[in-house]
Amino acid sequence: MGPIKKIQYNCRKATLLIEKKLISGLSISEKVELHIHLAGCLVCRVFENQSGIINKMVRQMFTDVDVSNVRLDDDFKQDLQHRIEDELNKS
Amino acid sequence: MSNQILVPHTINPHKWVDNYADYLYAYALSRINDEEQARDLVQEVFLAALEKADHFEGRSSERTWLTAILKNKIIDIYRKRSPGLNNKTSKTDDKTYDDFFYEDGHWREEHWPKELGVEDQDPLHNKELNRVLQQCMQKLPALWLAVFTMKHMEEESSENICKQLKVTSANFWVIIHRAKLNLRACLQKNWI
Repeated sequence: MGPIKKIQYNCRKATLLIEKKLISGLSISEKVELHIHLAGCLVCRVFENQSGIINKMVRQMFTDVDVSNVRLDDDFKQDLQHRIEDELNKS
Repeated sequence: MSNQILVPHTINPHKWVDNYADYLYAYALSRINDEEQARDLVQEVFLAALEKADHFEGRSSERTWLTAILKNKIIDIYRKRSPGLNNKTSKTDDKTYDDFFYEDGHWREEHWPKELGVEDQDPLHNKELNRVLQQCMQKLPALWLAVFTMKHMEEESSENICKQLKVTSANFWVIIHRAKLNLRACLQKNWI
């Protein structure tokens, strides 16, 4: 199998290149390989689109820390502040 | 407002719990998904911060400083949770390459990625989709989740992740790749 045929038919390799592209970028030859593959592979194009969306969702999920639903209970907080005050008085 | 640039930030431990406890808790919980451990972490962060208070130089805000301490503690937890490369991961529902692809690299038909139908409808703000994604992340083996989380949530450099979690560069890519294959498949399975 020639090099072009090889990448054309290798979705495992193509999906790895998609991940590399999203994280660190590709070398020129890798870019060409991926381009050739995606031109003929609808399934991997779906994967690429969704993979990018997943990364964005994850990033967003953790940059906007949502405190509206998550709260420590008041007793725990009170104890914690006492503990901090004790430590402060020690020094 | 220009004096804000010149005046160094100060710290006031008497207000820490009021000002930051809920935030730090939410931050920790979103990354380790264990309420008790997250609570312990908040306490540890404040106590560690008191010890380091003398070294606070006021270059960043109090919150940024406390969050940085928390982040390091979370990475410690990831490291402890990760069994390392040679050990088998504890969870069994993760899929290997062979489950997704034939030997020649073709997708197995049953694992073909399919459109979710929400790609063009502002998926980032789709609460339900976010919820399913979070559940799917918790199904990943600990080491994969650690690598994935450090890369995408903390935007750590890949070199640093490999160093901290003792993963080779080649294995880093295998983990990133397999984590995404599993995550995407899980999303599709639970969404369509």
